[in-house]
Amino acid sequence: MEIEQELQRRLIKTVAERVILHTDELVALDQAIGDGDHGLNMKRGFEAVLADLDKFSAMPLGESLKGVGMTLVMKVGGASGPLYGSLFMALGKSWPAQAHRAGLAQAFAAAVDAVKARGKSDVGQKTMIDVLVPVLWILQDTAGDLPARLCSVAQEAATATIPVRAQRGRASFLGERSIGHMDPGARSAALMVCAVVDVMEGRA
Amino acid sequence: MNANVGIVIVSHSPDVARGAADMVRQMVGDDVPLAWCGGAPGGGLGTNVEEILAAINRAWSDAGVAVLVDLGGAETNSEMAIELLPDSRQTRVVVCNAPIVEGAVMAATEASAGSSLEEVRRTAEELKPA
Repeated sequence: MEIEQELQRRLIKTVAERVILHTDELVALDQAIGDGDHGLNMKRGFEAVLADLDKFSAMPLGESLKGVGMTLVMKVGGASGPLYGSLFMALGKSWPAQAHRAGLAQAFAAAVDAVKARGKSDVGQKTMIDVLVPVLWILQDTAGDLPARLCSVAQEAATATIPVRAQRGRASFLGERSIGHMDPGARSAALMVCAVVDVMEGRA
Repeated sequence: MNANVGIVIVSHSPDVARGAADMVRQMVGDDVPLAWCGGAPGGGLGTNVEEILAAINRAWSDAGVAVLVDLGGAETNSEMAIELLPDSRQTRVVVCNAPIVEGAVMAATEASAGSSLEEVRRTAEELKPA
């Protein structure tokens, strides 16, 4: 699965645009259990990524992912900046020189570990990690093309955060009242995974 | 170069950060390097890694810098900023697990006595809820 430059551009652009397109939804989710800034913060971060799309498209993919991560760190303005920033930076740092599935799974594992360390969090705490980990399992357990079910698994994992009581982030202040709402970070993570799958399957 | 530990105040709100810094200056005086920042990149409530880095450098002391934060993103962004410092400085900056206003005043009071970074942090963290 060699990543051509045009494909790389489409991946970055589609992920960024997908998140921006869902700004209002992410704001609404975050207003329910957080401080309401997740949608606007992510929009600001990914608009900055789009502004440098030419630059990020021309770099080797590993370097590009690191650059996207650093842009998110610098521009997002909330905890999701360092969290997603660490995800992309670790992904880029561990990206194999020759893209292949086993290498992709290893790089994604390193990226998930970076998010866990940055957020001092793990599965079951109503965060983006609850989406990233099931996605990682599928990457580790399958070979060949990216499976289409990555998107449905990510969406189901985001939905599965609804009945969970938050244990990290602002939502944890709400205790029991965080139950019944989808975690905004889980939702944004699922959006990105589905955007990548759409590009790889030629739908975006 | 001031020999006392520096204090950095990072809030989601520039008003809160500035106000807390004003209280430190009035109660503790000018013996402690002090910097504050608040607000998201481009404005609005939030925190900004670039500004946190700049604030740490403004309040830099070879004795180290204690950072006081308000909520979640301020802590995460401050930890991120520390990792972006040169290696030689990273180990001399700590984020205190303490309330921002009281923590800043207590940390600065301790720092003004010439205490070590660890002593400054411990004094601020004595305020944290059990």
